[in-house]
Amino acid sequence: MLLVVNTAAVVKMSVELDVFVGNTTIMDKEVYQLWLNGYTVSDAVKVRMEGGVMEECEASADVLLSDTMDQFRTFQMCERLLQNPAKLANQLLFQIPPDRQAMLIERYYAFDDAFVREVLGKKLSKGTKKDLDDVSAKTGITLKSCRRQFDNFKRVFKVVEELKGPLVENIKQHFLLPDPLARDYAAIVFFANNRFETGKKKLQYLTFHDFAFCAGQLINNWTVGAVDNMVEDMDVDLDKEFLQDLKDLKILIADKDLLDQHKSLVCVALRGKTKVFNEMEANFKNLSRGLVNIAAKLTNPKDVRDFFIDLIEKFIEPCRSDRWTATDVNLYLTHYTNSAHILDSFKHQTVWTRYMGVIKSCILRMYHE
Amino acid sequence: MPGKLKAKIVAGRHLPVMDRASDLTDAFVEVKFGNTTFKTDVCPKSLNPQWNSEWFKFEVDDEDLQDEPLQITVLDHDTYSANDAIGKVYIDIDPLLCSEAATVISGWFPIYDTIHGIRGEINVLVKVDLFNDLNRFRQSSCGVKFFCTMSIPRCFRAMVIHGFVEELVVNEDPEYQWIDRIRTPRASNEARQRLISLMSGELQRKIGLKVLEMGGNAVVGYLQCFDLEGESGLVVRAIGTACTLDKISSTCPAAVVPNLSNSSPSKDMKDSLQAVPSTLGCRSTHSSPVHSASSRLSQGFSVSVPTLLFAGMKNRQRSSEGPRARQCRAVFGEEAPGVPLSSGPPTPLRAQTFSSFSPSKSYSRQSSSSDTELSLTPKTARICLSPSSPLHQCKSSPLPTMVPRSRTPPLLHVSQSDTAMLRKSVSFSEDLLLVASGMGSGGSAGKEAGPLKALLRQQTQSALEQREFPFFTLTGFPVGFLLHVGGVVSARSVKLLDRIHNPDEPETRDAWWEEIRQEIKSHAKALGCHAVVGYSESTSICEEVCILSASGTAAILSSRFMQDGALDTEHRFEDTAPPACGFCHIPYDELNMPFPAQLTYCHCCRRHKVPDVLFTTIDVPTEASITGKGCLIQARLCRTKKKAQGEGNATAISNLLPFLEYELHTQLLNKLKLRGMNALFGLRVQISVGDTMLLGLASATGVYLTALPSPGGIQIAGKTPSDLTYEQHVSNMQKKINDTIAKNKELYEISPPEWVEEVIGSPIPESRQRSRIFRSHSESSDEVLELDLSHGKKDAFVLEIDDTDAIEDIHSLLTDAPTPPGFYSCNTEIMPGIYNWTSSLQMFTSVRVFRLSNANLTNQGLNKIFNDLCENLLKSLYFKLRSMVPCCLCHVNFIVAVPEDELIQVAVTAVAMSLDKDQTQENGRQSGDKTLMKAITENEEQLQFPLELSAECPSNPLSSAKGLSEVSGPLPSARAPSVDHSSFTDRCSSWIEQIRLKAHTIRRGSIKTTSSLEKSSPLPDSRSRSLRSNRSCPSSSVAVVKMTPLSFLPGTKIIKYLGIINMFFIRETTSLREEGGVSGFLHSFIAEVFAMVRAHVAALGGNAVVSYSMKECVFMENPNKNQAQCLINVSGDAVIFIRESELEATPSQTQSGNVQTSSNGEGT
Repeated sequence: MLLVVNTAAVVKMSVELDVFVGNTTIMDKEVYQLWLNGYTVSDAVKVRMEGGVMEECEASADVLLSDTMDQFRTFQMCERLLQNPAKLANQLLFQIPPDRQAMLIERYYAFDDAFVREVLGKKLSKGTKKDLDDVSAKTGITLKSCRRQFDNFKRVFKVVEELKGPLVENIKQHFLLPDPLARDYAAIVFFANNRFETGKKKLQYLTFHDFAFCAGQLINNWTVGAVDNMVEDMDVDLDKEFLQDLKDLKILIADKDLLDQHKSLVCVALRGKTKVFNEMEANFKNLSRGLVNIAAKLTNPKDVRDFFIDLIEKFIEPCRSDRWTATDVNLYLTHYTNSAHILDSFKHQTVWTRYMGVIKSCILRMYHE
Repeated sequence: MPGKLKAKIVAGRHLPVMDRASDLTDAFVEVKFGNTTFKTDVCPKSLNPQWNSEWFKFEVDDEDLQDEPLQITVLDHDTYSANDAIGKVYIDIDPLLCSEAATVISGWFPIYDTIHGIRGEINVLVKVDLFNDLNRFRQSSCGVKFFCTMSIPRCFRAMVIHGFVEELVVNEDPEYQWIDRIRTPRASNEARQRLISLMSGELQRKIGLKVLEMGGNAVVGYLQCFDLEGESGLVVRAIGTACTLDKISSTCPAAVVPNLSNSSPSKDMKDSLQAVPSTLGCRSTHSSPVHSASSRLSQGFSVSVPTLLFAGMKNRQRSSEGPRARQCRAVFGEEAPGVPLSSGPPTPLRAQTFSSFSPSKSYSRQSSSSDTELSLTPKTARICLSPSSPLHQCKSSPLPTMVPRSRTPPLLHVSQSDTAMLRKSVSFSEDLLLVASGMGSGGSAGKEAGPLKALLRQQTQSALEQREFPFFTLTGFPVGFLLHVGGVVSARSVKLLDRIHNPDEPETRDAWWEEIRQEIKSHAKALGCHAVVGYSESTSICEEVCILSASGTAAILSSRFMQDGALDTEHRFEDTAPPACGFCHIPYDELNMPFPAQLTYCHCCRRHKVPDVLFTTIDVPTEASITGKGCLIQARLCRTKKKAQGEGNATAISNLLPFLEYELHTQLLNKLKLRGMNALFGLRVQISVGDTMLLGLASATGVYLTALPSPGGIQIAGKTPSDLTYEQHVSNMQKKINDTIAKNKELYEISPPEWVEEVIGSPIPESRQRSRIFRSHSESSDEVLELDLSHGKKDAFVLEIDDTDAIEDIHSLLTDAPTPPGFYSCNTEIMPGIYNWTSSLQMFTSVRVFRLSNANLTNQGLNKIFNDLCENLLKSLYFKLRSMVPCCLCHVNFIVAVPEDELIQVAVTAVAMSLDKDQTQENGRQSGDKTLMKAITENEEQLQFPLELSAECPSNPLSSAKGLSEVSGPLPSARAPSVDHSSFTDRCSSWIEQIRLKAHTIRRGSIKTTSSLEKSSPLPDSRSRSLRSNRSCPSSSVAVVKMTPLSFLPGTKIIKYLGIINMFFIRETTSLREEGGVSGFLHSFIAEVFAMVRAHVAALGGNAVVSYSMKECVFMENPNKNQAQCLINVSGDAVIFIRESELEATPSQTQSGNVQTSSNGEGT
């Protein structure tokens, strides 16, 4: 196989110039993907040959090479437009049918889970970009592709950072991305903005989608936009007032009576409904302290970053060591949340609901048995 | 002040960042026309500026309107230093000058810079108000429609086909002026672009004038070319076919309304007063007498006036157009004697006479009241253009028209009924014939006024005869127009370029072309033909040597459409006979053939004789019956040449040329036989000259014409039969060839009905007794006999392998890879035998440059490289387009060039059109027939209108008048051709000598194979024009502009032609590597050219370009300096089409539509 590629290269030497331009820009999805993956032309040719396109169409190696080069060139010329997808729709240089345009954009902004997991929550700075070769080595994704993905994150971040209104909508509008992809980007932007720690060893088991889900929860519930869509503020920052209010929750652990009351209410509700009731009862104070402390510390940006690691250390790990099932966790958290509402002396019901709603769904998502 | 041009700059978008500090741009716009410039305000700090300027108004001559482009320059304002240019937009406003084309130009145009390419877009609005100019002798020709389309455009019918028009303008090339040493590349490129734009405008205007002189209103098959002669200058030349076209009213039920409304609705109220008269005035003053809209309304007129002139004519409604055309000429004729022979400037008297006449014949004048004031221009002061022109008409028009009656009949022979009368009465005097041909073709008319020419012609026939060319650039014709096809005629001439000293007198270049055309004409005569169709001209320049080439198809055209009224019934009668049988029949004397060919009886009608092989440059005629499918056939050849200078170089080249042509021809014939086919259409032979080599590329579409005999096989004969292994080798090869032929026959579905061959030898068939008068050109035919390029004598075609060369040849014959499954290819408009087109199409341009690594290559080596280059290019195309399978590459057009030593450049432009997968062939055929029926009726309808022929075809009127309407169409009498006989013989023989003796003359010409054939099936297979197809494309919100080199889009109907697109761009870079090397540079340039074409079409309101072609692609590079430059010239017709589904569905359409809606394609 290698030999064939080499002869193709030799023939190529004497072809000084070789272009093909269609009135409608011809783009092969498969070749586009190879280009996005950061393959060199000759690697792409190799992959295509292995894919059997040659036998299918009676093509020779140099035909394949010519086609690949040509398409790579086209993509390169399009790249400028892809970086500003709104332009792609009303530019005049390439005549591309709308469905193709959508495909081009979607694929250009698609990213590898392995890659995003590496940079999630990191500052999208030059420094991070410099380290991309490590990421490339670690993930097996080509450096070129890493750079494209990183630049996409950064570009979206830069544009959306300063914009008012709902984050996902902004991304959809400016980058013409389909909804799921726009949500993923919202998560990436949100993580990058709040610099959540995701790289620690304890967090390694979590996938990007776990985080993206949590980000969605946070965006939808803990930002200013979450309370009032009309508020002219950004979706990327957590609601400062709310974080401040969270401090009031401390009463749940600080007030001994309240804590006991809370515990007994939860235990009454749980009794007989789970195998790990004993562990729950034993751990209640610990767990409750953990969750309320997380809440109380969120005014401090450093602790915001450690939000996920805290959740794991303070809640998920203890539960896991006691072999709680996800159902158990769900049951526990439901009653834990609801019971607080019955506490007469607990006045911060709204904040509590807002806090525990997110915490509960995050934990459930992060709780892999 | 005949015109007011108005432009408005609306907005810009995607502008480049010009100010690094702010990352923004302070843009403003300069709008320039002629010497007037306007500026918009500066729109500070924006990449998407909104100028929304006032209307900038330019008051200009219509001459300038035709010549000059509107130049829009976008600049970045700089307070401290000079303003930086961002880029320019040139807008050709010609389409606005024609009443039936676009009315407004409005849209986003790419801002183009010759160094940086496209840099953002600008939204512009342009309108033109044309005022009346009744001065007959003005220099403008607004209103003449131009079409690149090589057949009568779809929504028109030809009333009269006048004939050949040509023009040529020269200038110094700015790139070679002294000033170029001190100006920037950008300034130099822009000067060049602007100059060429000006020259094309001028050229078009001049051709328009000629058309008006001839009484036409349109140029069809307009071919414009540039010769970049370097030091010696820049030549822009154009040829075309002058026609009088009439819009088919069926597409526009209210024929009158569109014209009136055309100009007005889009204009605001303030404009409309001016606008309406302007278009109408334009029409009438142009005396382009035939206008779509006018047919009905002018009825009154044509009855009142022409009756005087054409007493014997039936006043059929549709004939009203014809008389008007004639009338103009009548006036000319009348006026001319008044100013005998003075070719000087027009006298006031004449101007008055004419102009007073012309308004009166315009019905439209009466319909608008405001034109009075407008048309009272200084030049026509004496004319009273009162709305009461009917009265006026009575006074003025009889006067001029009475006189011509007595004096001009000899000049009127071209027009319909007169011709018949005339011919009968005057008999066939040579004089008359000459004049007849002269009148129509009006070839190289200079700037003098028409009437004078007409008179001059009559008086100095011999001199005039030299100038008349019965040529037609058309490749597609109305059914019945083409009677016989003789074969390909071509002529080449090698010239040494010298500086053009006086640009206003491009006589040398004119003379060169005239010489070539004469040659072509005489070749045609040698083939017994009086006309040349599918005519084209080209050049190849290498330093100071220039090869001029012309080629066409000798043919005999129908003259029956010259008659009208009384003879109509006979036409009908003729039509009932097997249609178009004559097209295949030989036009020459079978006993005295211009070259040896094996004649057989036509396999369709079995009455007339056909040759064994037929080569033509035209498209496959609609009525031709084809067996199986066709395919693209190419002959490729490369010959080394010693480096030489000047005269020596020219001689060397001219010595090589005949061999090159001969070999190309042989190759074509071999490949044709190998595919089991017997006819070539669309033949195009390109010879390109470089320093060290000559390239020859012949492309054509091979088909099996049912009427022609089945081609014999190819037999290989070894020279030395003694050697046993050699014998073995030969028989192996023979087997391979036989296998290939068999395989090809299967592939192309060639299974002709069994037919007992009877070779016509001596027995004189009955048909001979038909009253044919054969011309006697014995000498010439003897001469041509030596030129047996066709090898037609042998039954089985014998290839002798006597040396390694021949073996190579045979090998190369067999190495042509067949097209991959699902693909067809042809270089004609569409592939015969395919009917199930879908509307999915993809036009593309592909360019390859190959560097010859080894300088000391043999001819064989070169050949192989060149052959491989072309084959690989085709393979790449098939691969690229595999997603469209099944599909056909149509109009595959190769342009080869030798840009430098050791470089070969091949550029291909073609369109891939998907076929319907689901529809079976049978189905396709059926519905094809159905649509064909429709097409035929349509065509017939078209043909009820007189086609005025400029060519000499004197005998036909006679014969048809007498009722001798032979199916095959009687041949013309020999007299006309024999006039120039001696001179022709000279040429012919001189050429032959060159072939034989390698004479050192520089001029050259050739006659190629020939013949004609016939077919009998009453329902001929044809290209189904009304190609139905599935409407596949998802409707997109973006304005999509389709482009195709064909004259139509399958599954659609063209409802309006918006004007010609003719654009010339230069792109240069000094950062070649940064732009992705030569490929990256050219790739983006071609994409930019496409984008600019699309933008202009969209701005005209169109949604497609038809008959698109890339005429020129000159690429130069200097990788060491990191520089490259490229020039591209493209042209086409901007149109509006609508899908057939959107039309009211006729039953047949619905039916075929149903069959096909299932499949889908790539879209656009």
